Formats: sequence, structure tokens, C-alpha cells
Amino acid sequence: MIGLLRHHLAPYRRDLVIIVALLVLQVLGALYLPELNADIINNGVAQGDTGYIVRVGGWMLVVSLVVVATAIVGIYYSSRTAMSVGRDLRSRLFRTVQTFSLREMNQLGAPSLITRNTNDVQQVQMFAQVALTIMITAPLTAVGAFFMAIRQDGPLSLLLLVIVPVMVVLIGSIMVRAVPLFRAMQVKIDRINLVLRENLTGIRVIRAFVRTAHEEQRFAAANADLTDTTLRVNRLFALLMPALMLVMNLSSVAVVWFGGHRVAAGEMPVGNLMAFLAYLMQVLFSVMMATMVLVMWPRAAASSERLNEVLAVEPAIHDPAVPEPAMAAVRGTVEFRDVEFGYPGAADPVLTGISFTARPGQTTAIIGSTGSGKSTLINLVPRLYDVTAGAVLVDGVDVRDRARADLWASIGLVPQRAFLFSGTIADNLRFGAPGATDEQLWRALEIAQGAEFVRALPEGLEAPIEQGGANVSGGQRQRLAIARALVRDPAVYVFDDSFSALDYATDARLRAALREPTRQSCVLVVAQRVSTIRHADQILVLDEGRLVGVGTHASLMADCPTYGEIVLSQLSAEEAA
Amino acid sequence: MSAGAATAGGRPGGGGSSGGPARPGGPAGPGGPGGGPMGGLLVPTQKSSDFRGTATRLSRRLGPYRWQILLVVGMTIGSVILAVIGPKLLGNATTMVFEGAVASTLPAGVPLDTIVASLRAQGQTTQADMLAAMDIVPGTGVDFTALAQLLALIGVLYLVSSLLSWAAAWIMAGVTQSTIYELRAEVDRKIGRLPLRYFDQHARGDLLSRVTNDIDNVSNTLQQVLTQLITSVLTVIGVLAIMFWMSPLLAVIALLTVPLSFVVTMVIARRSQQQFTAQWEWTGQLNGHVEQMFTGHDLVKVFGHADRAVEEFDALNARMYESSFRAQFVSGIIQPAMMFISNLNYVLISVIGGIQVANGLMPLGDVQAFIQYARQFQMPITQIAAVVNLMQSGIASAERVFEFLDAQDESPDPAAPAEPRPVRGRVAFEGVSFRYVPDTPLIRDLDLVVEPGQSCAIVGPTGAGKTTLVNLLMRFYDVDGGRITLDGVDTRDMARDGLRGSFGMVLQDTWLFSGTIRENIAYGAADATEEQVMAAARAAYVDHFVRTLPDGYDTVLDDEASNVSAGEKQLITIARAFLSDPAILILDEATSSVDTRTELLVQKAMARLREGRTSFVIAHRLSTIRDADTILVMEDGAIVEQGDHATLLGADGAYARLYQSQFAGAIAE
Repeated sequence: MIGLLRHHLAPYRRDLVIIVALLVLQVLGALYLPELNADIINNGVAQGDTGYIVRVGGWMLVVSLVVVATAIVGIYYSSRTAMSVGRDLRSRLFRTVQTFSLREMNQLGAPSLITRNTNDVQQVQMFAQVALTIMITAPLTAVGAFFMAIRQDGPLSLLLLVIVPVMVVLIGSIMVRAVPLFRAMQVKIDRINLVLRENLTGIRVIRAFVRTAHEEQRFAAANADLTDTTLRVNRLFALLMPALMLVMNLSSVAVVWFGGHRVAAGEMPVGNLMAFLAYLMQVLFSVMMATMVLVMWPRAAASSERLNEVLAVEPAIHDPAVPEPAMAAVRGTVEFRDVEFGYPGAADPVLTGISFTARPGQTTAIIGSTGSGKSTLINLVPRLYDVTAGAVLVDGVDVRDRARADLWASIGLVPQRAFLFSGTIADNLRFGAPGATDEQLWRALEIAQGAEFVRALPEGLEAPIEQGGANVSGGQRQRLAIARALVRDPAVYVFDDSFSALDYATDARLRAALREPTRQSCVLVVAQRVSTIRHADQILVLDEGRLVGVGTHASLMADCPTYGEIVLSQLSAEEAA
Repeated sequence: MSAGAATAGGRPGGGGSSGGPARPGGPAGPGGPGGGPMGGLLVPTQKSSDFRGTATRLSRRLGPYRWQILLVVGMTIGSVILAVIGPKLLGNATTMVFEGAVASTLPAGVPLDTIVASLRAQGQTTQADMLAAMDIVPGTGVDFTALAQLLALIGVLYLVSSLLSWAAAWIMAGVTQSTIYELRAEVDRKIGRLPLRYFDQHARGDLLSRVTNDIDNVSNTLQQVLTQLITSVLTVIGVLAIMFWMSPLLAVIALLTVPLSFVVTMVIARRSQQQFTAQWEWTGQLNGHVEQMFTGHDLVKVFGHADRAVEEFDALNARMYESSFRAQFVSGIIQPAMMFISNLNYVLISVIGGIQVANGLMPLGDVQAFIQYARQFQMPITQIAAVVNLMQSGIASAERVFEFLDAQDESPDPAAPAEPRPVRGRVAFEGVSFRYVPDTPLIRDLDLVVEPGQSCAIVGPTGAGKTTLVNLLMRFYDVDGGRITLDGVDTRDMARDGLRGSFGMVLQDTWLFSGTIRENIAYGAADATEEQVMAAARAAYVDHFVRTLPDGYDTVLDDEASNVSAGEKQLITIARAFLSDPAILILDEATSSVDTRTELLVQKAMARLREGRTSFVIAHRLSTIRDADTILVMEDGAIVEQGDHATLLGADGAYARLYQSQFAGAIAE
């Protein structure tokens, strides 16, 4: 964490100097006040000098003003710096993730990366804010107040050597017990949420199986568990404040007692006694604040570690140093040459010995059971992964020899999960083609069988889409995702099981409509349904990462048993014929 | 709060701008560590619509604990009184030291009056006045015996005060947690009683948040409000009383700054709430953007959107920076501002008190006590403001929880429910009408008879409302007109549990809970033997793949159940239905995301499960539809046709069209 903070604080060195200077000034001022008060008593009250009292009082007021002014300016700078650190860190993380390929995304997982880019940065930012204020003032005040206390009366200061450790041990021992309890409590909160979420999502099943009473018991157990832990946490914290108060109060009693002896012996003026009391409290408060802030440390440190982990990732896929020049018009021949692909560290490759050529104007379909490597195969085309052996070529050029931006410009991808972004329908359709006209959008919608429902919406193209496309149905989502790819008018289309949420009729209409715009393009389709792909020009049958059949529906039915098995599972024998 | 809080330049509270240190979502104890209460003041709160009613209702729930609460109140009062007396007595001790020190400098044996008179004669009137006011014998030193006694007394007072406040908080924690436990349990029981309509109409996230966040909030409120509010209010009253008793002049001066600090707190709090709202808004937007760009990472790249994603991120990030900087700054001001007011007080009391002492109008120790009181005064005022704010948000939360508890329950089961046993499985819809929304009837006058062992297929495009039938059969919803009978008995005359016990259900949306595979299979039959579970597993083709898992039947299905594929999950739910051995089945055939081999198994298992049982199948497969005894065709949420395959095809209506386009079309093309 120190390294991370130092790196991101470096640009704000000037602000840091200002902050420290202001905080020192603030602490000095706060430390000076009790000293002045002692003067009032010793030289003013004890001598009966009213004029002196008023004079020093005025001076105290000036010092107070300086303290508040420095404090406010200090907070201005420290907030600004801490928030800047947060902003820079957040931006650095986001940019780093933008360089990731699918491999790094899967390795860390999108949800985890999201948490890191949001919550973890927030944690570090919060810690920076506290570090730039309390963690500077608290030690300064503690040390300063300690010296001032010694100045008031050396021997009496020995009391601090007893009181401060007592305080530290007290807070420390409570915190040491509290931290694991808090963690346990979080686990139990998660547990109760889990049970509850299951109860809500599974409510039909629970009722259908007449298990309401059972679920209530499950909840009751989680509830009792959580209640028990929460009670222990609360009771532990019930001790904290009274105990701290007791330490402070007994300290002042001790000061008056021992100080009283020193005053009686004439070794210390009585005004110093009161000043000493004030300094004692300053020391104790600082120690208290510092201890509590320190509890933030492990959390922030854990967050920084998670951030460092992301920042340290070296993306596996880079653009070539000297990319092949961008082609004026990509025709769209996709060729796999003896392609092998395996995940790093995995024993067996996902794909081996894949060779085929998909030509413009042709539809190449890929079919196979779950886990046979269909999605992986088509992810190699836009270079979301790199092959581990062999090569993928587009128009005869290895995809690794081209700038990825050029490669992507020629590809229209429709992913398995039709993911939409928040914004309007038009925003989503223009996602990959910012300059597309409304007519182009409508044409794409017509082909994707989405024009009808979009037209039915009161706002039409400007209808809002919620995050993830939550406000449209699965089928509509898929049609919009297809239209989004069509708007780009790419040379290569990649459909990854993109028709699954459509009913058969829509599926058939859509495929018919696609024929015209893809006349010049190379179309790659992954599908589960035989009906979707049986008319493809070329069907690739995958089984456990190997190509076990290439051909048309008819030829495969004749000579590929795996294909036959798949077809039969979906259609009865006479229908398949 | 007690005496120790009074220090020159000390920092009362933690300043909650950063949420207070080390509070991982935990309910705060009374005056918990760091700036709990202050944080509550600076961030925006939601307002309740019926504060008084909800507060009364909430307090009624505390009824069973009234004696504990009374005890807590008593203890808190005791603790505060002792804590308030403390500084005054400590001041007396200081006075003793001071006077002893002064007395020891005076010549022994000379009466005090003589010394005073001689000082006056020398023109040192102020000193003379001061001495005249003192209760001292010249020449004697500090009376340490008396001082020891006094300090011991103070020590005991402080000790008792702390013990009392600890005990009060300890008891209160118990009361709060018991109340909260009950509240949570009641909410959960309520879930079991609400009609399904409620869950279909309310967002799940909202319900979840009521049970967790809102109840948590209520818990915090109960714990803090009772102890802290009492402490704060009593401290203010006690401190005021003792200040006026000691010196009305200084008390008035100390009071002068009260409205000032109140106004400052309020002004800053209001501004900071605005800033925090803005901060939250931008944080939400930024997080949303990050979430989408990361989730759709491959799209962002392949569609060449990366540069625009970064641009948008930068814009949002800048906005968020701006607003959080402001929020931190504005909320950060409150502490130095209060410190300044506190110091102002300190100076005023020092100066005016000093003059008073010098003039013999007041003992020195009282000034010291006053300084402490003035500081003690400041904290509870800020705290009262914070607690009131907290109370508002707590009551708003309680209101949301109560709202849920007040929702209309399902109609009760009949007192003497009919129980057709054994269930043969004849299901009849007699003139059934139903609508979800009053103005749009979905089902009108539906007559349908499914004899025992017959099957009924329900077909129609996605979103046509095929689950409506399921809802009615299982009495998740009740019919609006007509009746549904099971073996001739109106299902409304049966207990819901009894009715549902005769049904088995396998939905496409496989619901498995986090537990082992064995527990999930045995879900509908808690008393099933091991052999029965195994038999069901074998019948549903679960046995084979379970044996390939390292932990077999003890494999724990995690939240996402990622260790088991979608098809395998469906097999488990089929096994579940086998085990419960129902007379009637409701099946939802899988359409996608199941690999072909498992799909084959699912089909076989479903076919085997249907043998000899009345079944309702939401159909996607030709084979199922053709063989069904009755086919219901649904469109736009309504049943448009019914009959068997041949009849319907002959009628050349909706079914014929559907069949041509969907099935025949796709195959014979």
C-alpha cells in the first residue's frame, strides 16, 4: 500500500508540503493555548492583574483563529489531494483493464475487476484522506503535547508513561477482539442474505414442495446466529467508551493528586497544573484517534493489494510492433491453419488441429455439445485470444500481424449473452458505428426482426435501455444485439449462439432476412439448434476440441455419427430425414 | 459523555466525513468509536411519511422489555449525574491545592483578616479581595488528607458512572438485538404468507433491502437513540444546572455560543448533505459505467468503442472527483469550526473567570470546572442533532419494514380443508376466468378436463403467458371466476399445502439452493431414506454424473452452482420430482443452453417421470405436442385454442399457423 500511495502522491508533492506545514501550524497553535491559559492563571489571576488577563485572552483568541484557519485550509488541500489520488488511481486501473484481452478478463473476472475499480479504490482513497489529516496531526499532537507537558512539569509527566500504555492496551485489546467479530458478522449477514434471496427466488418451488416451514427454520437458524454475533460486537463496543472515559477521568484525578504535591512543595505553579491537565487530554485523544484510524489500515492494505494485482497484470496480447498496413477493403476470408488453443496452465488444449476456410458469401456453422470449444473457436477470429499453435488468417494475413483496431473494424460480433448498454436504443445500435444514420439503424432493425417492436415503443429509437438491457425481453435483446452488428456492415460476421432466445418463427424469418446483407460477407455461426444451421454452406462439428466433421447437413448426416446424434436429440428420426 | 471529553484543543468525536474509522457496517455502540453520530448528521437522510405513528409502533415492539429499558434509563440517569458532578468536585480539589499553595506563602499565625487589611492598605485591592474570599488559614499548606478523601470520592464517582453507562449499553444491546431478531423473523414468516402476486409485483432487490439494510438501520437507531439521546439530553440539562449554580454569569457566557454552534452545524450539515448526494449520484454513474464496460469488455474492444469508453470514464471520473472533493471539504469544515467555537468559549471563560477569581468572586477550581463543562456541553448538542437525524432515517426504515408486514396476506385456508386421498389426478377447469390486471382479462370461460394419466401440452410463443396456467393450478394465484377441481373437489376448498403436495414441478428456471446435491434432491421429501434418494437419482439419470464429482452426493452447490451444468441442474430437479412421487406433474421443457447429450437424458427422464401421471407440459418439442391428449394454444397471455393435434390442425387456426411456421417450416423448408 505504501508503494501505491507514494506513487500516486508523487505528483502532489507541493500540496503535501503545504498540508504538512499547515497541520504543523495547527498543532502548534492548539498546543500553545493551554500554555497561555497557564500564564493567565500564574501571572494574571494569582497576581490579580486584570489587564494582563485581558491581554493574554485576546492573544489566545488570535491563536484560536489561526488554528481554525490553518485547519480549514489544511482540509481543503488534504481533501483535494486524497480525492486526486483516488481519481488518478481509478483512471489508471480503468485504462489498465482496457488493455486486457479476454484471457486476463477471465483470469480476474469482470465482477472482481468492477469491485476493484470501484470499492477498492474508494477504500484507498478514504485511507489517503485520513492519512493526510489525522495520521499526521495525531502523532504530532501527541509528541508535541508530551513535550509541553514536560515543560509544565517534568516529574509529573512520568504519569503519561503509565497512562498512555494503559490506553493503548485498552483500545488495542478491544479492537483485536472486535475485528474478527466484525468479520464473522459480515459472513453471517451474507448468509442471511443468501437464505433470503433463495427464499425469494425459489418461492414457487418452496410453495410447490410445501417447504415453507423448513425455510423458516433455515432462516431462523441464520437469524439467531447473526443476532448472537451482533450482540457480542455491540456488547464489546458498549465497553469501549465508558472504559476510555474512565481512563481519562482517573488520569485527571491522578494529575490533581500528584500535581497537588508538587504545587504544595512550591516546585510548580498552580496554573501549570491546569495546563498539564489540558496537555494530558490532548495526548490521550491523539492516541485514541491514532489507534482507531490504524484499524483502517488492514482493510485499505487489502484493497491496495487487490489493486496492485490488477496493475501488475501484463496483457498477453499486444499489437505487433510493425503492423501490416490496413487494407482498403477487407473481403472476409477466414482461415484456420492447424490451430491449437489451450488455457495457460491447463493440461489439455481446448482446441487441437483445427483447419478450415470460411469464404465471403458463405455461411459456416459450428455445432457441438457444451464444452466442445465452439465459443473459444470463434473468439480466436477477433483475436480475443491468441492461438497457442497454428494461425488464424483473415484475408490471408495472420491476425497477429495486424493492428487489432483494423482487424476489429472488419468484424461484426454478436456474443452469446446479448449484452446491451444503458442509454437509448439508438446509442446501442451506434455502439460500433457512431456516424450511422437513422435510416441505417432502421434497416439493421428490419433485418434483425426488431423494427416492429421498436416502432411500437412511444420513443422509438430514443427509447431508453436500462443497464444490461433489463427492460427488454431476452428475444428483443438478442435482436438488438444482432442489429448492432449489422449497423457496422462488416466483412466478417460472428454469431455466437445468437438465436437461442428467439422462437422458431422469428429465427427463420431472421435468417431469411440476413441472406441479402451478408451476400458479400463471411458468416460464422455457432448454434445449438440444428434447424438454425442446417442450410449452412459448411458445417463444422466439434467434439472435445477436435473437428470431427466438415460438410453440409446432408453429407454429415451420412458420414458423421456425432452430427447424427446431435440431430436426433432434437428432431425425431422422420423429421431429420 | 463524561468529564474526560473536556480538553483544550482536543477533538470531540471523530468527524464522520469518511464514515468513521473501522466500522465495517456494524451497528454502533453508544458513542461508538470514531465519528458515528457525526457521520449521521452530515449525510442525507430519508424522511418518513408518518413519523409519530411509526415511532409509536416501533416503541410498542419494545413493550416486552419495558423493565429492562426502565433500568437502562435509570442507570443512564445515574451515570450522567455522576459524570456531571465530577468536574465540579475536581475543581474543588484544584481550589484546595491553589488555596493551600497561597496559604503556605502567608506568614503563619497571622489572622487572614489582618493580611487582607494590610494588602488593602498597600493598594493591592484585587489580591486582597481574592484572599478574602478564600477559606484558608495562613501558614498552613495543602491539606492532603482532605484532598485524598476528595479525590478518592471523585475516583469512585467516575468509576461508578462508567460502570453504569457500560451496564446500560450492555443491557440495551440485548434488548435491541432481541427486538431485531423478532422483527427479522416476522418479516420472514410474512414472506411465507404473502400471495405470489406480491412478489411478482415487487422488485426482489427492494424486498431484500427491506429485510437487511432497513432492519439494520432500525437496529442502529434503537441502540443509539435510547442510550445516546438520554445521555445527551441529560448531560445538557445537568451541565446547564450546575453551571448556573456555580456562576450564572459564566453560564450565560457559555450558553451564548450554543446557538452559534447549532447554526454552524446546521448550515454545514445542509451543504454537506447536498454535496454527498451529488457524490453518490456521480459514484453511482461511474460505477455503472465501469460495470458495463467491464462486463461487455469484448464488445467494447471489437466494436472499437474503447476510446469512447475511456473518454466517458474520464468525464465521469472528473465529475466524481469534483463532487467528492467538495463533500469531503465541506463536511471536514465542521470539526475545525466546532473547535473554534469551543476555543472561543474557552478563552471567554478563562478571561472572565480569571478576572472573577482575581477579584475574589469565584474560586480558581471553578474556572477549571467551567472550562470542562463548557466543552462537555458542546458535544451532546452536536450529538442530539445527529441522533435526531439518525432517528429520522431509522423511522423511515421501520416504516418500510412495517409496510411490508402490513401487506395483505393470502386468503386463509378453509377451516376444514377437503383432502381427496389418494389423489387420482383428474383436473378440471370449469368456466375459469382470470386476469392479472383488472382491465385485461387473460382467460375467459376456460373449460378443460384432463383425466388421470392424460397429458396436456401448452404451446405458444415466448411471453404468451404459459406460466399463468401453472400459477392457477398450484393456486399461486386464485381464479377470478369459475373453479378448478382436483378429483372433483374445488381446489379452494383444499388447504394450499395439501393441494401442492399432490403436484410435482420441474421448471426451466431450475431453482437449487446452496446445499448438497443430496439435500437438493430430498428437498420435497425431508424424511426420504437414502435408498429412495438413490432410486430417484438413478431414475432421473443424476446418479451417473454425480458419481464423477469428487464429493459425489455431498457436492455443495454454490451460489451460482457453477460446478454443475444447466442440464445437470435440470436433471436434479427432475430427481426431486421423482422422489416426491406426485399424482400430477407440471413440466417446463428446456429449450436452450443444454448440451445435446444431457438434453437427451432430460427428455428421457421427463418421459419416464410422466408415465402414469397426469401432466401439464409447457412444450417446445414436436414429439411432446403431438402425443398430448389436449393442447392449449396461448397467444398474448390468453388461451386461443384447445384440442388435440389432429383436431387443431384441421381447424386451420392459430395452432395450424404456429405449427406451420415454427415446426414444419423449420424442418421441411
